[in-house]
Amino acid sequence: MRALLPALIVALGLATAPAHAVNPDEILDDPALEERARDISAGLRCMVCQNQSIDDSDAELARDLRVLVRDRLVAGDTNDEVVAYVVDRYGEFVLLRPTLSARNALLWGTPIIILLLGGTAAFMFGRRQSQSRVGEALSAEEQARVAKILDEGERRDG
Amino acid sequence: MIVELGHYALVLGLALSLAQMVVPMIGLRTNDARMLAVAPSLTVATFLVIAVSFAALTWAYVTSDFSVRNVWANSFSDKPMIFKITGVWGNHEGSMLLWILTLALFGALVAFFGGNLPSRLKAAVLSVQGSVTVAFALFILLTSNPFERLSPPPLEGRDLNPILQDIGLAIHPPLLYLGYVGFSICFSFAVAALIEGRIDAAWARWVRPWTLVSWVFLTAGISMGSYWAYYELGWGGWWFWDPVENASFMPWLIGTALLHSALVMEKREAMKVWTILLAILAFSFSLLGTFLVRSGVLTSVHSFATDPERGLFILMILVFFIGGSLILFALRAGTLRNGGMFHPVSREGALVLNNLFLTTATATVLVGTLYPLLVEAVSGEKISVGAPYFNYTFIPLMIPLLMAVPFGPLLAWKRGNLAAAAERLWLTAAISLVAALAIAWLVYDAPILSAFAYALAFWLIIGSFADVWQKAGFAKNGWSKGWARLKGLPRANWGTALAHAGLGITTLGIVGVTTLEDETVLRMTPGDTTSFAGYDVAFNSLTPGKGPNFTYDKGIFTISRDGRVIGTVEPEKRVYVASRMPTTEAGIQTVGLFSQYYLALGDAVEGSEDIVVRIWWKPWVTLIWYGTVVMVAAGLISLSDRRLRIGAPVAARRRREAALAAAKPEPAE
Repeated sequence: MRALLPALIVALGLATAPAHAVNPDEILDDPALEERARDISAGLRCMVCQNQSIDDSDAELARDLRVLVRDRLVAGDTNDEVVAYVVDRYGEFVLLRPTLSARNALLWGTPIIILLLGGTAAFMFGRRQSQSRVGEALSAEEQARVAKILDEGERRDG
Repeated sequence: MIVELGHYALVLGLALSLAQMVVPMIGLRTNDARMLAVAPSLTVATFLVIAVSFAALTWAYVTSDFSVRNVWANSFSDKPMIFKITGVWGNHEGSMLLWILTLALFGALVAFFGGNLPSRLKAAVLSVQGSVTVAFALFILLTSNPFERLSPPPLEGRDLNPILQDIGLAIHPPLLYLGYVGFSICFSFAVAALIEGRIDAAWARWVRPWTLVSWVFLTAGISMGSYWAYYELGWGGWWFWDPVENASFMPWLIGTALLHSALVMEKREAMKVWTILLAILAFSFSLLGTFLVRSGVLTSVHSFATDPERGLFILMILVFFIGGSLILFALRAGTLRNGGMFHPVSREGALVLNNLFLTTATATVLVGTLYPLLVEAVSGEKISVGAPYFNYTFIPLMIPLLMAVPFGPLLAWKRGNLAAAAERLWLTAAISLVAALAIAWLVYDAPILSAFAYALAFWLIIGSFADVWQKAGFAKNGWSKGWARLKGLPRANWGTALAHAGLGITTLGIVGVTTLEDETVLRMTPGDTTSFAGYDVAFNSLTPGKGPNFTYDKGIFTISRDGRVIGTVEPEKRVYVASRMPTTEAGIQTVGLFSQYYLALGDAVEGSEDIVVRIWWKPWVTLIWYGTVVMVAAGLISLSDRRLRIGAPVAARRRREAALAAAKPEPAE
């Protein structure tokens, strides 16, 4: 437990660092470029934080990455090139939205697979249910009762 | 001494819950009525001793008894009293004690209100509930004892994590736990039904109020947590798709599905097997949530506890209860016979659709939350699954579901008429579209896609009342008679309408703040003024000061529009004395009813008097939480419906039978 305490404190420190993003001195003069920088930043993970984008975190590393993104944009990179550049250096871990790759097939496929399987299952179940009743006509007694109920319902409504 | 008493009471609680688990189960096997009859008293006794144990820990916190390790690690003598008390559950050990207290409380409630339950079913339910209590009592005593002493006792404590020193924390976890743990009752009912091999509409009528209670608390708890994060974390986000948030959101999604499928089962005796499965899953997700948060396996904002030994223990509990109940389900589900048939276009069909989408959404959130762990375990690579993933997958799943919501209550049971329902909703559709286009037009640069989102929100809000509107039949009956009919409607109808409308209000808030939000960041010195989003902001002063257990720098800003003062906000930067931890307190000014002006202080700029100030304009943001308030109120209204009240079903059934005997057609429900 004692060995864990420092780790815990560090973790807490990171977790509770006030999440302040872009500082005034980082902002690019060109608003269009700055806008693109913000868009890109929102999709990049601050790697020393828990589940925060570099746009949300004021950790030192997040700041460095924000500046890096802006430098690349000023140098004329497209958005994709900037992201590719960052991924090259830091790995896929920085991407908050994982790539569409074979490894992530299950991740992206799950919603569609479950929806299709579930939909098919519900449909099959419904069909089986209605088929099992095919040809089952109402008995004379039941028909008389239905007629009586309908009749009374009409009289009440009318 | 009192602390030892608390410890002793907890051990006694373990022993009593063990008896609560074992004795009725033997009674069920041997058909011994006396052993069955003892279950309620054992359950109440378990609750009482655990309550004593909880009170003892609270006492240690209130008196700042730092000889107790848990108090020393999480409290501070100068901390305000309210945070001393809330600090009891602001840490791992104490929160687990609250968990088990809630668990025992729900058991005791069943024992107390369960007078009209068949004795075998009641005994089985309480026995299953007891088994869960045993597992968690063991967990606390073996791995997370909050009563452990320190020798020699330190003079001062280390204080509670500052972001947790907030009134939000006083309310958030207990609400959340009442919701989470409330599903244990549904779980116990489901397992009891499987053990007994019997399930009918009466079972669903029993389970539905408990589901509703849990759902109400969970809704309130999640909403509270969201607002807390919004004002406390200082950057104005209200939902982060953080793993811990997901951990509470998954039981909510499945609980919502359960609420709807239990309706089908109660009314039509259909979807029995599925409802049982959902009841098991709802609690399984609560257990999973507890595991994710408590084990620290996904370190995130909320994980203030990290200890692998504990994680392993909860994982064992998880495997035992989820695995065991699912095996039982696989063995017994075949014996449950489904009742009513229905056409795909019917109330039942609509509820199946609801369940399909909610279950898929839950699976999506689950996979997104666990995928990084999975990938790391299999290949050692690290990937991140963040907000963009959930936005890409979850939102598309919600759109068709939300579009379908107003149709559901308009469709008849067994076989509905979609064309007729659509006809009743055309006015709703027209109003929604006009309102949405008006907004898109007023806000000239709004993307056209956002107009669709607005239309969806209005469609939900207005369309939710189509059912009660139709039942009132103003056109046919005139105003006074229509009004009387409206007042005479069962409360459950109002509950449905309001809950759906609340969902619409929340949707409107989300759409509004997402599409219209604006932010700026700048350097300011006291005396500066700036204007942003149509308002003028004057920075009056920046003064240091001292709170009870922290020091602060407080900025005072006046917000005005066209020379008229709207309000003054006082954002702070704090440093807590014991932990040396900095936090921010945002300054929030609500403008009108629904929009907020949100200010937060950043760092001081070195070599100048300036400080970084961040300002957000958050239009309609409060609607997000107002919507949840409406949903909670709707749940409570629904709970107060006669049909759901405990004991009422029997009377209602008798009346219905009498009505049937008189061969009168039943009024549409």
